[in-house]
Amino acid sequence: MRSAKSACPKNASSPGLVAEQVLLRSSSKPGRQLLWIPAIAFLPGCAGGVLDPQGPIGSGNRTILLNSLAVMLVIVVPTLVALLAFAWKFRASNSDARYDPEFTYSGRIELIVWSIPTLTILFLGGLIYYGSHQLDPRKPIPSAQPPLDIQVVALDWKWLFLYPEQGVGAVNQLVIPAGVPVHFKLTSASVMNTFFVPQLGSMVYVMNGMQTELHLQADREGSFFGQSAHFSGDGFSDMNFSVSAVSADAFTRWTSSLRGGGGVLNANAYRELARQSTNVPPSTFGHVQPGLFDAVAQQILPPGPGPAESAAGGEPQVSPKALPAAAPPTGHHPQAEGAE
Amino acid sequence: MTMLGKLDSSAIPFDQPIPLVAALGVFLAGVAVLGWITVKGYWPYLWNEWISSVDHKRIGVMYIVLAMLMLLRGFIDAIMMRTQQVLAIHGPGYLPPEHYDQIFSAHGTIMIFFAAMPFMIGLMNFAVPLQLGIRDVAFPTLNSVSFWLTASGALLVNISLVIGEFARTGWLPYAPLSETTYSPGVGVDYYLWSIQISGVGTLLTGVNLVTTILKMRAPGMGYLRMPMFCWTSLASNLLIVAAFPILTATLAMLTLDRYLGFHFFTNEAGGNQMMFVNLIWAWGHPEVYILVLPAFGIFSEVFSTFSSKPLFGYRSMVAATMFICIVSFMVWLHHFFTMGAGADVNAAFGIATSVIAVGTGVKIYNWLFTMYGGRIRFDTPMLWALGFVTTFTVGGMTGVLLAVPPADFVLHNSLFLVAHFHNVIISGVLFGAFAGFTYWFPKAFGFRLHEGWGKAAFWVTLAGYMLVFVPLYIVGLLGMTRRLQHIDMDLWAPWLVVAVFGVLVMIAGAALQIMQLAVSIRHRDKLRDETGDPWDGRSLEWSTSSPPPVFNYARLPYVEDEEPYWRIKQRAREEKRPGAEEGYEPIEMPRNSPTGFVTAFFSTLIGFALIWHIWWLAIVGFIGAYATFVVFAWRDHGDYEIPAEEVARIDDDHKAAQSARLRRWERPA
Repeated sequence: MRSAKSACPKNASSPGLVAEQVLLRSSSKPGRQLLWIPAIAFLPGCAGGVLDPQGPIGSGNRTILLNSLAVMLVIVVPTLVALLAFAWKFRASNSDARYDPEFTYSGRIELIVWSIPTLTILFLGGLIYYGSHQLDPRKPIPSAQPPLDIQVVALDWKWLFLYPEQGVGAVNQLVIPAGVPVHFKLTSASVMNTFFVPQLGSMVYVMNGMQTELHLQADREGSFFGQSAHFSGDGFSDMNFSVSAVSADAFTRWTSSLRGGGGVLNANAYRELARQSTNVPPSTFGHVQPGLFDAVAQQILPPGPGPAESAAGGEPQVSPKALPAAAPPTGHHPQAEGAE
Repeated sequence: MTMLGKLDSSAIPFDQPIPLVAALGVFLAGVAVLGWITVKGYWPYLWNEWISSVDHKRIGVMYIVLAMLMLLRGFIDAIMMRTQQVLAIHGPGYLPPEHYDQIFSAHGTIMIFFAAMPFMIGLMNFAVPLQLGIRDVAFPTLNSVSFWLTASGALLVNISLVIGEFARTGWLPYAPLSETTYSPGVGVDYYLWSIQISGVGTLLTGVNLVTTILKMRAPGMGYLRMPMFCWTSLASNLLIVAAFPILTATLAMLTLDRYLGFHFFTNEAGGNQMMFVNLIWAWGHPEVYILVLPAFGIFSEVFSTFSSKPLFGYRSMVAATMFICIVSFMVWLHHFFTMGAGADVNAAFGIATSVIAVGTGVKIYNWLFTMYGGRIRFDTPMLWALGFVTTFTVGGMTGVLLAVPPADFVLHNSLFLVAHFHNVIISGVLFGAFAGFTYWFPKAFGFRLHEGWGKAAFWVTLAGYMLVFVPLYIVGLLGMTRRLQHIDMDLWAPWLVVAVFGVLVMIAGAALQIMQLAVSIRHRDKLRDETGDPWDGRSLEWSTSSPPPVFNYARLPYVEDEEPYWRIKQRAREEKRPGAEEGYEPIEMPRNSPTGFVTAFFSTLIGFALIWHIWWLAIVGFIGAYATFVVFAWRDHGDYEIPAEEVARIDDDHKAAQSARLRRWERPA
């Protein structure tokens, strides 16, 4: 995980990136780029954050963000300057300034005062409408490559990633092929969480009994930081995962190695996994029972237990500090293998 | 079931030194204060003049005292959060998750419900009746009930520090995390009952102030002659009346889930967690404007007074205020664009949200033109106002940025969001509260606050606030999400360290504020305000003495335009006499009543009993509260009369001071 965090990828504009041509083509026009300058000036140049996107969705988010900011700065900066200038010019000790206590209304000024913000918002409203549709999380990423399906289940407090076509799964570790659109279907085993990989773009909530969708893509190979962006309880701060974008070949090799590596995720193993546990190291499953995701999303598999049941029969305490220790380790899933 | 329900000795965190020592400190300080009051024999004074007082000015002051205490408590939570995050970079820090989660939940809850709300309500309580030229609010005893219920809620939240725990769910207890399955402890129950009890108080305040403003203005004061602060207070209280029932109902549903096994918001049995989120923000977004609209009113008064000019575009300001009031109900979904709504829904709410900024933009330009052609005096309230209008413009801009759904998709729940709402709440609500506090303090106590300490506090607080929140904007753009108990990203670390330095500067700012108060009390004779009009004010509150007599005005003023006191002063200068001599009439004023205090005492019992499932005590509390209400309803004499001679005697001093000032003006400059 750490390599992703301190990584400082070159903000390359490598050619042939599938979706960059599709989404927000205007971002490459020089005129638009000029608008970014004031915004970028005060930000750290090289970053692993949302201004350093590594895929088409993230680039789209960034373009909309910076363009909106630029639109607003056009009126905000002059307003700030005028505020400070007027306050200074009309200071009581300045005998040069004209004192005009009768200046309390001007139809012309009122017209301007209402129309400047209105026009700005009209312009921004267009951007909002366009952006909401362009970057609707449900909208597939146009690509020559068929999308890869990945199912995501947020558990207390770890992420489960299932690859339905490959029949494998992983905890707190997401591997995707670079340059291929990924279609995520997401749900939660217990409480709300938000799936978020800052450098890939848009986040989405996950909820028990419901399914949300998200399309993301990594343009280049690399390693990114993923997290939950919605507080979900005591183990929330460890709900991180690493995202590895690898070549198509490497991805195929990885899924095959998982299938050879053992570890079975069936309903029983899932129930065990759904118990609360903190700071869970990444692990993998070579075989995932088909239909598991739908069973979770449709509550055929019941929602994850809270602290009371997770703490092995312990009474719900004011400060259940014993909880992480009491929960079963999820490293190699001996129980899962035993159950098979 | 035992006599004490779920309560036993394990509820007291003997194993956690931080809350225990803090609680012990608060307890000892409380005992010391109570002992001091007893030794000095101040109890009768406190009881008669404050605790049972139904005077809107006294109640306003008590609200503000409560708000300031809670502001400090919430600030301590903030200090712990920022230091924890720095100490927990690649490490555990000093606060384990189960404690840290309570701290950020308590920070938000306390700051919104028990610091910002009481501060604004206190200022409205104090200033609105004075500005309207009337003697008290519509329902004085109800006003006292409101205050004491708010205090009861604040007390329950603070009890949770020692007995049991506070919610570990965030300041809005999102279901299903807040359901018993995932939060079996008493923390969420403390949250629910303290917010419900204080929420009743807030709703009653809303009813009270709406009635007061609509029905009780001085003769001649039409709606379009009300000071801007009264207009924004009206808008704010209309929002309270419309929005707080949503909060009450939502929390009541969560309470039913937790206590009686209902399934409004549970995962199972048809519960709908998204309904909770929708409902809580249907209250939560208007709440933002409930807080900031009164502050806009304060700034309008301050800009006008300290520019020595009437407010520019008064009618336009009224329109903008009511526009914000209505549109604030149509934007709640922007708090969860990332929940998977369709593009059209997101776009509609995104546009509605940015439309609200039109109203705020109009206000900013009108303040700008209020300064234009003025003679601006940079007294402390004006500094807070200028600090507000500049930084709030930036905070408003980042807010509109978050209203753009694709931008929100990468900034939602990030530290960028945290920086945004602190940017608007600190500059809007907190600076507004400080501006109002400094502005009306001489009116309330008869002496000014020390300007030097006040200006120092302003500059230091402004610097600290920027130093904290600019880095938080940046880490938000670097992908850092909120509420992290520990941090594994090196990328974020330097900015978090800068923010901690900012916190140190803000501590200095708070210390300077406290010094300002202490120095001013000490030198109160030097800072005395004899005329009742220390800032050369324009609205009616400055026409009476400082502090005003219990009946506010010896004779009810007659209002002829938007700036009645300015006109009175101009006329006095022209006619070279303070005002027409008329006779006095006896004045009827409401009697003191302990109803509020006693009701709140029983409400605290009810809340505590329900939190710990001590059912018999809850029943005792209900009976007590109901009996208190019946006793009050049965009263024979609600009013007492102040004879005309007494009114004349009280008014004489003020008239003498006014005449003396007139003579000073007549002297050639």
